[in-house]
Amino acid sequence: MSYSDKVIDHYNNPRNVGSLDKGSADVGTGLVGAPECGDVMKLQIKVNPQTNVIEDAKFKTFGCGSAIASSSLATEWVKGKTVDEALAIKNMDIVKELSLPPVKIHCSVLAEDAIRAAIHDWKKKQETATPAAVQAK
Amino acid sequence: MSTEVKTATLAQHTAPNGIKLPIYMDNHATTPMDPRVLEEMLPYFMEKFGNAASRNHSFGWAAEEAVETARERIAKLVGATSKEIIFTSGATESDNLAIKGVAEMYREKGNHIITAVTEHKAVLDTCKRLEKYGYRVTYLPVQKDGLIDLDDLKRAIDDKTILVTIMAANNEIGVLQPIAEIGRLCHEKGVIFHSDATQAVGKVPTDVNKQNIDLMSISAHKMYGPKGVGALYVRRKNPRVQIAAIIDGGGHERGMRSGTLNVPGIVGLGKACAIASEEMPQESCKLAGLRNRLRDRIMGRLDEVYINGSMEHRLPGNLNISFAYVEGESLLMGINDVAVSSGSACTSATLEPSYVLKALGTGDDLAHSSIRFGIGRFNTEAEVDYVADRVIETVQRLRELSPLYEMAKEGVDLKSVKWAAE
Repeated sequence: MSYSDKVIDHYNNPRNVGSLDKGSADVGTGLVGAPECGDVMKLQIKVNPQTNVIEDAKFKTFGCGSAIASSSLATEWVKGKTVDEALAIKNMDIVKELSLPPVKIHCSVLAEDAIRAAIHDWKKKQETATPAAVQAK
Repeated sequence: MSTEVKTATLAQHTAPNGIKLPIYMDNHATTPMDPRVLEEMLPYFMEKFGNAASRNHSFGWAAEEAVETARERIAKLVGATSKEIIFTSGATESDNLAIKGVAEMYREKGNHIITAVTEHKAVLDTCKRLEKYGYRVTYLPVQKDGLIDLDDLKRAIDDKTILVTIMAANNEIGVLQPIAEIGRLCHEKGVIFHSDATQAVGKVPTDVNKQNIDLMSISAHKMYGPKGVGALYVRRKNPRVQIAAIIDGGGHERGMRSGTLNVPGIVGLGKACAIASEEMPQESCKLAGLRNRLRDRIMGRLDEVYINGSMEHRLPGNLNISFAYVEGESLLMGINDVAVSSGSACTSATLEPSYVLKALGTGDDLAHSSIRFGIGRFNTEAEVDYVADRVIETVQRLRELSPLYEMAKEGVDLKSVKWAAE
């Protein structure tokens, strides 16, 4: 398997690696994939409650180089976007940007799922009165 | 017209400590040729180009003599007689010839074949094809260490069993099956025993009589010989084994394998066997030493590293380990100046992790995290240390990136997590 330069760059210099406090009311956490499938992505966003703008994003990924690159790129893209704008990111945008081959498309699907799961988690927290009770899955 | 051939370039560079990169440590996939092998092959391309089947001139005689010398050298390495060695294009063909050849020849006697789930695809897919033609195949499971249970084999043999085919050494985990005991069991029951010994011949002592082997597949390119040539050992007495040909034609190789002999390749295989006969004792000690050095260095610095398969019954140059919480392909990407392979799904065309590791009961998660190191004749201590250090630093880096490692360190039981299915 040969990788595109962009995949290699994200693999060698992954952006926004780390974790945010998943207990915080402003933080949404998405955990998608499964170890048995060889891919698990954790993507977290920190949203400004006034503006709905994603001010910070972090990820950690267990997976191949393309999975790491897809999630690294996803964090770069969601930062600075509003929640609704972030929801408009499609996996094919990631495929295109990273020149992923067909067998790696599922990596981009997982990254889109991770964005959605993180936003879903954040939205759920906004609906509940006691954010501290909400636990990331 | 231009006759230039485009080839992928192998960019070579040198590490600060003088080690030439990339380092090849994938010797179960193929081995580099030993220069002594190449040297012996060269005259048979141009100067001594004759057809070994040409009986009426000196060009043919020279070729035939070279082929017969090779046959003797191969026979000597495995304790056979030269008349029992049939040349083929490689071990895949040898496996096909042995299994299909016995199936056809002994159809009257029975239709049952026994093999194991960890066999190479050349054996498994051949058996699967025979199932389509009405043969019955038993796929023996393996134990956690990769070895078959002899009691399972005993129970599986019935009055319709014509063939047992079990590999000598596994290509992924290097595990050595109890070949002599399997052979004895087969002979007690009057069943023919074939062994795919592609990874074993030239690496560990192999003796077709002591190990009760009736048919045995051999490959040149796994033992520092050329690609495209192999052999099948076919027992001639106690018992005499007969096989039907799968390639018909001029009746070469006693009618078992027609086709003009690949004389330079055969000469190369012969030389590779001659070198192995001489050097195997020292070489296997050296390889086991390097392998253990690699294992100890890695395991001394990393936690949650698991060896796949028996350490005791194993090829000297093989190490197959799973690095928990790190996916194999991403690990390969991080050690890109080292050539090894992974059991991860991402490195296969099928998107399924290694069926060999799954058969051991290794969870899919750890199968995705596995790396196979194949240390060979030309690897050095300095290379082993370099590889170990690259692996260690890459695993550490990728674990910092791994949500699974983070969860495990937080005390989360990953088995109890309800993972969202894709």
